[in-house]
Amino acid sequence: MSDKNVLIQVTDLKKHYNKGEIKALDGVSLEIDQGEVVVIIGPSGSGKSTLLRSLNLLEEPTSGQILVDGVDITDPKVDINVHRQKMGMVFQHFNLFPNMTVLRNMTIAPMKLLHKSKGEIEAKAMELLRMVGLEDRADAYPSQLSGGQKQRIAIVRALCMEPEILLFDEPTSALDPEMVGEVLDVMKNLAKEGMTMAVVTHEMGFAREVASRVVFMDAGTIVEQNTPQEIFEHPQSERLQNFLAKVL
Amino acid sequence: MSNGWNTFVTDFRFVFIQDDRWKSLFQGLGNTLVITFFAVMIGIVLGAIVATVRTTYDKNNGDMKKRNPVGFYILSIANVICKLYLTVIRGTPVVVQLMIAYFIIFATSNNSTAVAVFAFGINSGAYVAEIIRGGIMSIDEGQFEAGRSLGFNYGQTMIYIIIPQVFKVVLPTLCNEFIVLLKETSVAGYVGIMDLTKAGDIIRGRTFSAFLPLLGVAAIYLVMVVILTALVGCLERSLRKNER
Repeated sequence: MSDKNVLIQVTDLKKHYNKGEIKALDGVSLEIDQGEVVVIIGPSGSGKSTLLRSLNLLEEPTSGQILVDGVDITDPKVDINVHRQKMGMVFQHFNLFPNMTVLRNMTIAPMKLLHKSKGEIEAKAMELLRMVGLEDRADAYPSQLSGGQKQRIAIVRALCMEPEILLFDEPTSALDPEMVGEVLDVMKNLAKEGMTMAVVTHEMGFAREVASRVVFMDAGTIVEQNTPQEIFEHPQSERLQNFLAKVL
Repeated sequence: MSNGWNTFVTDFRFVFIQDDRWKSLFQGLGNTLVITFFAVMIGIVLGAIVATVRTTYDKNNGDMKKRNPVGFYILSIANVICKLYLTVIRGTPVVVQLMIAYFIIFATSNNSTAVAVFAFGINSGAYVAEIIRGGIMSIDEGQFEAGRSLGFNYGQTMIYIIIPQVFKVVLPTLCNEFIVLLKETSVAGYVGIMDLTKAGDIIRGRTFSAFLPLLGVAAIYLVMVVILTALVGCLERSLRKNER
């Protein structure tokens, strides 16, 4: 870890609602390096989704700094749309476009935003579909897919933009249990290939196996962060110990 | 039976055929269709603009205040104007609006059909705006977020992701609004336009017979509405087919 390459640097991030009455994020600082898989865990309402959604400004923070490739994206003068192209996002409820085929779902953004030719981007999309084992569903509509298939499509849709980082917001929470595995497998493969990922999840097995670092949040702050081994086997804080006792 | 039929035929001849009275009925129908068609056009354009202003304001007021304060200021004013427009137009009867347009705003104009197109168009725009706005609001917030997370800006997200979905949702309601509008134009007679209803009424006055002229007018409206409803039904079915 000597020549690490910082991709995202969050400094003292705060998100307050109702004029400070509710503190979803209360001074969070976090660094994500290139190639890292950062898994964010914590009880519901701890601010982990808010933090993740702040990283591409789907959530506008109240104060603090988010440097992406050295640019502070909270600066109103920065064109956030350009940065979002480099930061793919996978949602809990997939959010596929129901009126478009799988292929169209994947190709519309690269065609309109990166101005790639239809042939080029469709070839790439088909290659990605093969990677997740769904090449035969290219012409299907989202309503014809299972939850696990939808989420795999959502992942490759984000990949079509060739992002520098993928943000996962509880990607398996809306899935039937038997479909969780197929989505996690795709994520594991991406991690293996060196994709930088930030993942909010309740899948402790995934965190233990794939994470390069686990971040534990509670009440809008980062309580502890360490390697999965340290987090799961030697939790330092009482809050983390209590949390793990409940979920493991 | 045959005696009754003969009476009917005689009455029908007298009311519609004699003095070419059917011609004025068709002339009235023509005016009704012209007014409806152009009012629909104005309604769609105006409604789309108002709905865009209202939803853009509702969806962006936090984000935009910080990033583009001048644009936000302009948008806020436009939003207030749109709200005022919706309140006034939906809060007053269309006949009153028509008469205000004819006797006050365009008092010097002698093209009463154009005035009616204007009045009905402005009126319809308010309802169309709310239909479209409802359609946009009915689209899941996740669709906006997915679009934005891919790097589309607000306008692109609307054009590429949201509007095609809204179109499907609102089309049947929109068509119904236009069917209502077709019938609403029957008050055009208030400002001296000979539309279908007025034509029937004139025939009623000339022939001193209310039964056939008014039933004839009603039948013509009914046929038009039935045809339009059938067309909307076809459209709805073909849209649903594309979905899956």
